[in-house]
Amino acid sequence: MSQQDSYIDRPWMDPEAEPFIKIQGITKHFDDFIAVDNIDLEIYKGELFSLLGGSGCGKTTLLRMLAGFETPSAGRIFIDGIDMTDIPPYQRPVNMMFQSYALFPHMSVEKNIAYGLNRDGIDKHEVKKRVEEILEMVELGPFGKRKPHQLSGGQRQRVALARALVKRPKVLLLDEPLGALDKRLREQTQFELMNIQSELGITFVVVTHDQEEAMTLSTRIAVMDTGRFVQTGTPTEIYEYPESRLIASFIGNTNIFEGRITKNSADHVTVRAKNPECDIRIDHGSSVPEGTKVWVSVRPEKIKLSNTPPVTKAPNQLRGIVSNIGYLGRLSTYHVKVEGDTNIEVTSPNQIRPKDGAHAFDWDDEVFLSWDDSSAAVLTK
Amino acid sequence: MSQENNSMAGFNTSSYKLPNTSLWQKLSHKLQKNWKSAVIFIPFFWLLLFFLAPFFIVLKISLSEATIASPPYLPMVSWLDEGIVQIKIVIDNFAYLWEDDLYVDTYINSVRIAGVSTFICLLLGYPIAYAIVRAPQTTKNILLLLIILPFWTSFLLRVYAWIGLLSDQGSINDLLLYIGIIDEPIRLLYTQFAVYVGIVYTYLPFMILPLYANMEKLDLTLLEAASDLGSKPFTTFLTVTLPLTIPGIIAGSLLVFIPATGEYVIPDLLGGGNVLMIGRVLYNEFAANFDWPVASAVAIALLLVLVLPMMLYQRIQAQEVEAKQ
Repeated sequence: MSQQDSYIDRPWMDPEAEPFIKIQGITKHFDDFIAVDNIDLEIYKGELFSLLGGSGCGKTTLLRMLAGFETPSAGRIFIDGIDMTDIPPYQRPVNMMFQSYALFPHMSVEKNIAYGLNRDGIDKHEVKKRVEEILEMVELGPFGKRKPHQLSGGQRQRVALARALVKRPKVLLLDEPLGALDKRLREQTQFELMNIQSELGITFVVVTHDQEEAMTLSTRIAVMDTGRFVQTGTPTEIYEYPESRLIASFIGNTNIFEGRITKNSADHVTVRAKNPECDIRIDHGSSVPEGTKVWVSVRPEKIKLSNTPPVTKAPNQLRGIVSNIGYLGRLSTYHVKVEGDTNIEVTSPNQIRPKDGAHAFDWDDEVFLSWDDSSAAVLTK
Repeated sequence: MSQENNSMAGFNTSSYKLPNTSLWQKLSHKLQKNWKSAVIFIPFFWLLLFFLAPFFIVLKISLSEATIASPPYLPMVSWLDEGIVQIKIVIDNFAYLWEDDLYVDTYINSVRIAGVSTFICLLLGYPIAYAIVRAPQTTKNILLLLIILPFWTSFLLRVYAWIGLLSDQGSINDLLLYIGIIDEPIRLLYTQFAVYVGIVYTYLPFMILPLYANMEKLDLTLLEAASDLGSKPFTTFLTVTLPLTIPGIIAGSLLVFIPATGEYVIPDLLGGGNVLMIGRVLYNEFAANFDWPVASAVAIALLLVLVLPMMLYQRIQAQEVEAKQ
């Protein structure tokens, strides 16, 4: 396997790859409010890139600047090598799927989908053919003559997707694409979206506040807060190697220990946590010198629960009392009260069906927690 | 004794109260169930009393025979000897309207003036309503207030003000003379132009307000969606904005067209004798000729001229809705 091949799914690793979308120093002010603050971003062809963040973090404004609905206060946007900053939305090779779907209520499904093609002056028969094709693809063949209000939420979502895709844009922008769907439909549609994306090879930029959605869909995620990127990376990178407490607690649940680095060697770091007092060993090095105040994140699912005390005393061990149990079916969440009145969250899969309703760990049981050296992550801010 | 009395009283009241309360509950339940219809009934009763009843009186007079008396028409129902009731319906009044060119021409003229005025109101009002909708919230309220502001002055006063503006020695002629565009005053007052100015000026708010109410509901992301799909602003207007604001256009046009057709004051004050509209003919028949039956017939015919197209429109709409389902 050549070096080039290994970059196929990770073009951002390839130093020679030319980014498809280049965002340079983009800033957007609304009066005194800075919605997007000097952002640089490069997105590669065929990526499914997610902008993730809470409401008001600037993710939608950034997306709207890509679509051309907002003019940046500063900075440039390039798509496929062409400067798009001053080009109106109707001339950009970009289509958007709106959060509210924005289907034209006075037009049938077919006419909604054909709208963009007709604006381009495409031949009637060609329009008809392409509308039929795309309706087949989103499995709405028999619904072409219906009006949007005669469709279910899931069907409307697919019409909106079809309408945005039928023009074969270079970039598809999706604003909370699954936000209005119920959980089951959302999960199903997530995979449909991924299939369509890989089939058509169109670059997707998705805005979402739903971290699970971002995790399953994306090749890469940029987590945004107050108009800036906090961290950019693959879902695994962001989940397993968060750089800050903000990221660690925004993406999934986590336990955060405050402490100081007591030992920093090339292949591992030891942190002395206070409250609860314990040693935490992490199997990756850190650039921070010994004695620095840091935080350590340990994910609930990475902690092992046991009824029996460990044989030898080692780092990454705690003792506590089960103070709360949440039974979620496939897994259970335990809150374990450890020394210093701190609650540690632990999740463990329910591999064995509880006998007579008795769970492996019950309220007020004394339990022993432990985790692997590779489980924790050092956070410097 | 007193204790016994008390217990007796207690027993009595409770046994009597029970059906009472249940009756009351039933009543209040019914009231609650029907309060919506009650709320609707009151305005309907009002309209019945002060709109429908006078309408039937006018209809009755229009089918009566004129005479010189007070009131100046013969009763429709009269008692002959031997208890025979005579009902006399005269359609001569309507036939007279149809045969006399004056009336037909006046109707056509009224509808034309009202129609053109409505169209001008639409051309002016549509962009104004659109601008108000797109204005920031604080400006929006001020602009809406400005639209309603003329209503705070008497309508008659505002029409008289136009006489001052349009007359030969009026402000407009003065200005044009001063600038030097014209050498002698041009005739503005007592022309059809003056009538158009008056009607458009007076009725413009009635066009803007329903349009505004309709456009306020227009989802602006639809315009963004159109733009995103490659539609230039004007095409977006034709394909999205205009079709979605048709209900507002119809509501505004009806609100302008209907009263403008029967308008009396504006053509009388600004048009003088040169512009004949149905309101003036009606007034003449009623006050000058004292011919109540013909005046009533004029009014009824006007109603038909206005109501028939509306009913036709409603019917077509209903059919369209049915066809869709």
